[in-house]
Amino acid sequence: MARKVTSRRMAIVTVVAWAVGFAIFFPILWTIITSFKTEAEAIASPPKFLNFHWTLENYITVNERSNYFRHFMNSVVISVGSTLLALLIAVPAAWSMAFVPSKRTKDILMWMLSTKMLPPVGVLIPIYLMFRNLGLLDTRTGLVIVLTLINLPIVIWMLYTYFKEIPVDILEAARMDGASLKSEIIYVLTPMAVPGIASTLLLNVILAWNEAFWTLNLTAAKAAPLTAFIASYSSPEGLFYAKLSAASTMAIAPILIMGWFSQKQLVRGLTFGAVK
Amino acid sequence: MKLTNAQALLGACAVAALSTAATAETITIATVNNGDMIRMQGLADDFKAKNPDIDLEWVTLEENILRQRVTTDIATKGGQYDVMTIGNYEVPIWGKQGWLMPLDDMPEGYDVGDLLPAIAGGLSVDGKLYAAPFYGESAMVMYRTDLAEKAGVTIPDKPNWDQIKEAAAAMTDKDNGIYGICLRGKAGWGENMAFITSMANSEGARWFDMDWNPQFDSPEWKATLDGYLDMMTNYGPPGSSSNGFNENLALFQQGKCGMWIDATVAASFVTDPEDSTVADKVGYAQFPNKAGMEGTGHWLWSWNLAVPAGSTKEDAAKKFIAWATSKDYTNLVAAQDGWRAAPPGTRTSLYENADYQAAAPFAAMTLAAINGVDTAHPTVQEVPYTGSQFVAIPEFQGIGTAVGQQFSAALAGQATADQALQSAQALTTREMKKAGYIK
Amino acid sequence: MATQHSRAAARAMLSPSVLLLLAWMIIPLSMTLYFSFLRFNLLMPGMEEWAGFDNYRYFLTDPAFWYAMRNTLVLVGGVLVITIVGGTLLGLLLDQDFFGQGIVRVLVIAPFFVMPTVSALVWKNMFMNPVNGLFAHFAQALGLQPFDFLAQAPLLSIIVIVAWQWLPFATLILLTALQSLDSEQLEAAEMDGASPLSRFIYIVVPHLSRAITVVILIQTIFLLSVFAEILVTTNGGPGYASTNLTYLVYVQSLLQFDVGGGSAGGVVAIILANIVAIFLMRMIGKNLES
Repeated sequence: MARKVTSRRMAIVTVVAWAVGFAIFFPILWTIITSFKTEAEAIASPPKFLNFHWTLENYITVNERSNYFRHFMNSVVISVGSTLLALLIAVPAAWSMAFVPSKRTKDILMWMLSTKMLPPVGVLIPIYLMFRNLGLLDTRTGLVIVLTLINLPIVIWMLYTYFKEIPVDILEAARMDGASLKSEIIYVLTPMAVPGIASTLLLNVILAWNEAFWTLNLTAAKAAPLTAFIASYSSPEGLFYAKLSAASTMAIAPILIMGWFSQKQLVRGLTFGAVK
Repeated sequence: MKLTNAQALLGACAVAALSTAATAETITIATVNNGDMIRMQGLADDFKAKNPDIDLEWVTLEENILRQRVTTDIATKGGQYDVMTIGNYEVPIWGKQGWLMPLDDMPEGYDVGDLLPAIAGGLSVDGKLYAAPFYGESAMVMYRTDLAEKAGVTIPDKPNWDQIKEAAAAMTDKDNGIYGICLRGKAGWGENMAFITSMANSEGARWFDMDWNPQFDSPEWKATLDGYLDMMTNYGPPGSSSNGFNENLALFQQGKCGMWIDATVAASFVTDPEDSTVADKVGYAQFPNKAGMEGTGHWLWSWNLAVPAGSTKEDAAKKFIAWATSKDYTNLVAAQDGWRAAPPGTRTSLYENADYQAAAPFAAMTLAAINGVDTAHPTVQEVPYTGSQFVAIPEFQGIGTAVGQQFSAALAGQATADQALQSAQALTTREMKKAGYIK
Repeated sequence: MATQHSRAAARAMLSPSVLLLLAWMIIPLSMTLYFSFLRFNLLMPGMEEWAGFDNYRYFLTDPAFWYAMRNTLVLVGGVLVITIVGGTLLGLLLDQDFFGQGIVRVLVIAPFFVMPTVSALVWKNMFMNPVNGLFAHFAQALGLQPFDFLAQAPLLSIIVIVAWQWLPFATLILLTALQSLDSEQLEAAEMDGASPLSRFIYIVVPHLSRAITVVILIQTIFLLSVFAEILVTTNGGPGYASTNLTYLVYVQSLLQFDVGGGSAGGVVAIILANIVAIFLMRMIGKNLES
């Protein structure tokens, strides 16, 4: 009897959850579907869901017009590069704040986060002038530097909250056993910190991939990532829904797929210390 | 032995490949994602065939982003682009600043004299050409001949606003998704303000008096905005406050507009049978004027190619510009996509070409509209500025867009015409004071 | 507990981050501060002159300024409310056992991976467009007049778009927090006859408070500088109806190319952001103290 109730309840929950999930995902699904339509069908009234002539012509057009692969590679290099660099700088900082806290640790952390609140438009011109003088305009190096600095506070904070969860007893036990600082980090901390570092890495790659202000304003041709690729399809003359959808699908697909495959790792560390 | 030969051959190939790669110069071209520019990208193989030592790198962006990018770059001398696509609003301002290279040494056969005088005049400072026009436009009325016939109205070649309003009323059939008139409503100095300023010109209004005082409190502006809002709220499509050129083009192509008053360049898109469902049902008329008043909207725009001063690849950049704006390029487009698709509004020879006249029924109307523009006297009143659907001062981008926001809000029903005019007057006065035009 | 040695090491490990962020903050900030006292329009080089507080006066008396302040608060507040309420409900839903849990979770988090520009373009054109958008088609099918979202309710439309992007983030954090909830405690309360609602209010909500604080903090940081969504959809209009502070600064510095005015606006925005930051930090500090 009880079992019957639970299975009925489960059926209801299943239906509701699937409906909600589908509704939230629908804009993306609709974009993907539209990318396979002709321009005329893309705006057809009433709208066509699956009963249209599927075509790849938009993808062909987009590939003829833009060097997708180069934009894609730039996005990969910039987002992965800036993430690795940020981790390199942030791991020691977060480690030291988590395990050797001083009375100013919290202030420093909060100050770091507050630098993220600078409105980027307000400092574009100074940065642009600096980049020009340093020869960093339209280079991947320049963007890696900027995105590293922009996301550094979040990275430090995420790592800090994660490291803090690591019980200090273990460290002390290791110290009692005569472990040096180095072996403490390598043998004790690292294995415990890996999930946190992995999820920080994933989150940061996503943020860097989607960053659209600096990547658009500091590049021209050579270093332009996918955000610039989208900017060339945003409102051209005439009908453009299908081509826009194809370009959008191409711009978000890599990160979407990466996100889906790694969602378990991402979710594990995405708690920002919110769960005790 | 054989092997060595092959190796030698391979080596030679490699050396050859290397040496061409080494001498090839890459120029970066910033351009707008309009149809004509995208066609140019497609045809660039012809340029590469003629200039194997020049490689082209394209940066195609949406208009607003493009403008922001190139302006930042040229003003800070960032040097990221060798060829820039800019409007005739920027050219004289930038030319005066010394930011552009003069194009006074175009190659043999380029025939500068063939450029339409109104267009070339807008691109020159002190008689020197600073940019080459890629295509040019004025504005005119495009209307659906079939709907006009069905509604029993005729639109004269030189209509006035009363006639336009009547026709819009007659053609509107909202139940079937037909709106009598489509006009720009999206805020922006190059969007709704282009149209509204032209309409104001035709009503005899002006932006500033001779002492640079804003004139939005004048009866002419009131008449302009009232007329515009009246037409759009009664006969316009829903959501018109976010419709710009592209949105209206899409609406017209789908057969949802009875009339559309906009850039002449649109004519070649609405008559394109591949994209337009109404390609063979389009009629044309001149930009309307006020009943009983001389003068029209004075709308003149061109997209042009220019070389920023300080470019280290001046020669290659100029070669490219000469190619893209030449008569040969026009022929190339005609050979591939037909004469109707030729970039309009830049060369006299195109309008004298019988093939073009036959393929483009809008040719005569376009030429008349362009030739009718006088940027020094855009309206019947005296003005301290030059320009037509814009005011050629550096501050106009900001002011025009802010005023455009007010008018767009009025169109969306969030402010009355009087409120919008008052805010426009206040904010323009403020900006002009800030910029030091008025004390 | 820490020795002198490890303290020194800790400082050495922390200093690169601090120095880098300090440089990243100080250098552009001091340039911005300097520019904010100049009459400096990028389009008129060589005309720079000392302007005193003129730029600040103009920025603060700009009629758009108060709209922008209000819109910024409404935008941040609106998105926070939607994502936290929606995220809690979704979290409760996804915390249940049901068929295909993994797939539904993948569907729900997907919006977080979409570039802001892309999501704004898609929502604007393919959903909210009053002629060709999907919502308009539905309205017509139901015999209603299509609603022009971006003109009639611009700020609300932007809030919806931004909330859609951030809902997955809130959901994930709240879901993780829910999963760590002690189920025995809930069962005990159920035994004692507590209604589902009171169980939710007295047990679940207090348990979530920490997670909610984190969501507020992280999202506020990003929501204060929402920009791409506004640029793509409404350009801050109609009127100033959807102009936030970031967008206003953008208009000054990249549309009018008034670097002086834009810098003054930037400084004002930074000060305001820091006020918000201090407020948030207090709140977080209390809540995250352990």
